[in-house]
Amino acid sequence: MRLCEHRYRTVSSVGGPLMFVEGVFSVRMGEMVRIIYPDGTAVAGEVLKISGRTVLIQVFGETAGIDLGAKVIFSDTVRRAPLARSMVGRVFNGSFEPIDGLPPFIPEQWGEVNGLPINPTARACPEEFIETGFTAIDTLNTLVKGQKLPIFSCAGLPSREVAAGILRNARLAGGGEFVVVFVALGLTHHDYSFYMDTLQEMGTGFVAFVNRADEPVVERLLAPRFGLTCAEYLAFVCAMDMLVVVTDITNYCDALREVSTAREELPGRRGYPGYMYSDLASLYERAGRIQGSAGSVTMLPVVTMPEDDITHPIPDLTGYITEGQIVLSRELHQRGVFPPIDVLPSLSRLMQHGIGAGHTREDHRRIADALYRHYAKGRYARGLEAVVGREGMMESDRVMLDFSDAFEAEVIGQGTARREIGASLDAGMALLRRFSLEAT
Amino acid sequence: MDGIITCISGSTVTVAISGAKMCDMVLVGHAGLIGEVVRLEEEKAIVQVYENTLGLGIGEPVAGTGKQLTVSLGPGLVSNMYDGLQRPLERVRAAVGPFIRTCRDIPPLDTGAEWNFEPDRKAGDEVKAGDVIGRIREGAFVHLVTAPCAGRLEQVQSGACTLAEPVARYTDGSGVFAQQEWPVRRPRPFRRKLPPVLPLVTGQRVIDFLFPLVRGGTAIFPGGFGTGKTILEQTIAKFADADLVVYVGCGERGNEMAELLEEFRSLRDQRSSASLLARTIVVVNTSNMPVAAREASIYTAVTMAEYYRDMGLHVLLLADSISRWGEALREISSSLEEMPGEEGYPTYLSSRLAAFFERAGTVETLGGAIGSLTMILSVSPPGGDFSEPVTQACLRTTGVFLMLDTTLAHSRHYPAINWSQSYSLYAAGVTGHFIAHVSPAWGEMQQRCRELLQREATLREVAEIVGAEGLQDADRLLMMTTERIRSEFLRQNAYSDDAFSSPEQTAARMGAILGSHDRAEAGLKQGLSLDEALEGGRDAS
Repeated sequence: MRLCEHRYRTVSSVGGPLMFVEGVFSVRMGEMVRIIYPDGTAVAGEVLKISGRTVLIQVFGETAGIDLGAKVIFSDTVRRAPLARSMVGRVFNGSFEPIDGLPPFIPEQWGEVNGLPINPTARACPEEFIETGFTAIDTLNTLVKGQKLPIFSCAGLPSREVAAGILRNARLAGGGEFVVVFVALGLTHHDYSFYMDTLQEMGTGFVAFVNRADEPVVERLLAPRFGLTCAEYLAFVCAMDMLVVVTDITNYCDALREVSTAREELPGRRGYPGYMYSDLASLYERAGRIQGSAGSVTMLPVVTMPEDDITHPIPDLTGYITEGQIVLSRELHQRGVFPPIDVLPSLSRLMQHGIGAGHTREDHRRIADALYRHYAKGRYARGLEAVVGREGMMESDRVMLDFSDAFEAEVIGQGTARREIGASLDAGMALLRRFSLEAT
Repeated sequence: MDGIITCISGSTVTVAISGAKMCDMVLVGHAGLIGEVVRLEEEKAIVQVYENTLGLGIGEPVAGTGKQLTVSLGPGLVSNMYDGLQRPLERVRAAVGPFIRTCRDIPPLDTGAEWNFEPDRKAGDEVKAGDVIGRIREGAFVHLVTAPCAGRLEQVQSGACTLAEPVARYTDGSGVFAQQEWPVRRPRPFRRKLPPVLPLVTGQRVIDFLFPLVRGGTAIFPGGFGTGKTILEQTIAKFADADLVVYVGCGERGNEMAELLEEFRSLRDQRSSASLLARTIVVVNTSNMPVAAREASIYTAVTMAEYYRDMGLHVLLLADSISRWGEALREISSSLEEMPGEEGYPTYLSSRLAAFFERAGTVETLGGAIGSLTMILSVSPPGGDFSEPVTQACLRTTGVFLMLDTTLAHSRHYPAINWSQSYSLYAAGVTGHFIAHVSPAWGEMQQRCRELLQREATLREVAEIVGAEGLQDADRLLMMTTERIRSEFLRQNAYSDDAFSSPEQTAARMGAILGSHDRAEAGLKQGLSLDEALEGGRDAS
């Protein structure tokens, strides 16, 4: 505890979102500061590094207009997020300030913005089925409560519509509904208004954190952390089931790279910092359930794969941390299939626990396996067909070709209509029967 | 030896201190965060802090402990889940709730638990360092209490004891405790290393039959995400023929570890019919726990594994995944501003890895028993590209390479082990064992299986040009047989009764497939059509 406010006018250099302050006494890591510009504007900052009396500060806002005489006020506290039930229904910017024209809410509690790791022994296994209304997900890559399942998309694909479809249709097995935390990172106004319309239509509760494309890049690093702190509070203190949608993680990683480069850190693959895995994990790992607590945090991040490349560091590291992935395919989209989900590279690691008797239906696993196996054969046969032509193929391969075409058109390509899990499984079953492929 | 903090950058802290030693453990700041001295300069030390440094301030004190980073070894280790610094997570949870916060004074071993001490020596005996004073039984494990130094025993306990109280005393008043401490970075001593010869049965057909492991050997399986590394690690942890399993979740998912705990608690060990957890120690540092502790976690785990090896047991260490350890090393190295090597990894990556792998092996322990420590590590190469430094560094030192294949995984062929690229350097040695103990035809069948799969690869290329219709009947039969090998033999569902296959079952299954292939082939030679020949093959089987 300091007895008086520490103010300095000793800024020695400013570059990008970073500034150095000299001659600072007894400062702490992560300490919040306020910076007063010559024209009176105040922005927030955070201590990143301390080297003797020299302190490196990350500025959350525009550094335009700052001069070396700017006042820096040290707060002696690390960043905390105000939390209350009344956050539900509100829209905030990346610094957790309301932008919906309403006054700030009264906090009931303050939480750690970076979160604390959940003790693995305290976690409850995710196993409650979530119905998304899409057959490709419900039947073949089942989502469960407490899971983190990203959507891997490519530029120009309808990831927005898929995410919105899930938001609109997601239901818990017990019939409960989700409260949505929506985190928009570097979104264009066009995308942003699409999502806001969806949220408003839904009628269920939501909390939105919005950082648009022209807003400070550094806030993109903060917004998802505020969103998750808020989700953890609502889930584990207020016992709500939270669905956290973060879009787009690619913008988050680019912001991370921008700040890392400004700090002159050693760049890793494609210029992204070497600690990107741990940094992304500090977001994704906050999803989960806790024993003895009724709430849950389920995460649905959207990743746009640069150059449609799934081995690009962003989807790659994401895939290593998350529990599976839903991959959208340009080919299916071009053929007019909606949702254009390519089920072969898609995966839900926690599916095993959320399906079968007591969750979905006893024959779920068998149907899913049979569909997968035959569709994989059909896709292989398609490659063959391109070389030898349909005539040169065995009868069994030709059946597989027809099967996979029908599978894409009828089972995957359901359009925007919602399908219940029973109907999804029946659709798969009917297709298998039609081709006399028993589900074993 | 106390100092004060002068610089903080991430988890690297510079301390003005004198008299510190390299690798000493220090307590940093008012919160007493655990750190390790990684570099010494004149009047200052660079300390790597193993916990979150948020809120740590300049000028806060740093206290030396005079010892290196150590683990506690003794009764009560098994069934526990520890973090990378051997903090017992169950008891941490009981103390501070479901989220991990810094908390002091929770010893790794429960010092309140009561054990039964059976003395071998009595008061008045002269003992040398390393002499056995007595033993404590914990289920199937016998913990030996040895003399830390030479001297005369003044008093020896018998019966009920705890880890907090000495079980014996020397005449000079110092005590002998049932738990011991060992620095994690120093391998525990043994008499000599023996060549590994006995197979380690994993119950996975593709591994046991084609790419066998040995007790005391090392194996890696690299694979991109979604290729089933974790499931394979966990399946092996469940079924492998080992006395004790140390499972390290190194920079991986928290949900997975929760699942593992839950499952191991309910599953029974096939051999002892006790709960699987009773033969398992879990070390976990999930990806969002501090990175420096992730680096330490594999050493913490291997030291515990060596402790059990020294009881003359066969210990299996599974780590998922070693790439995350490599990345932690890279993050630490770059925060120390060291000169980077390939892809930003420090140049000592391969030597550290090799030294770690060297802690595996079959040994004659100091007590004369034979124990082994086997390692199976998963590798997560970025982008699924095996040319990256961690995979390459592992390949130079390990005996078994099981390549996980994205294409196989996409068609839900699990375990997605690629049979043409994987290898085992131990295959030649253990085939003899299987021939002698399981099936005389083991070696021959193995050879034939490989040949069939190889010929199939060639035929596939041909078929892609001329179409499967253009192949001869003998070739089509071969492709049908290999299809059976793939779907009935190489593939194994980890969630069914088939999850474990004993060597006998493995041999029988391969024998059946090859048998019907031979009969159908004979039929073709007699001039039957393919369908008739297949029918004939099936009839006899």
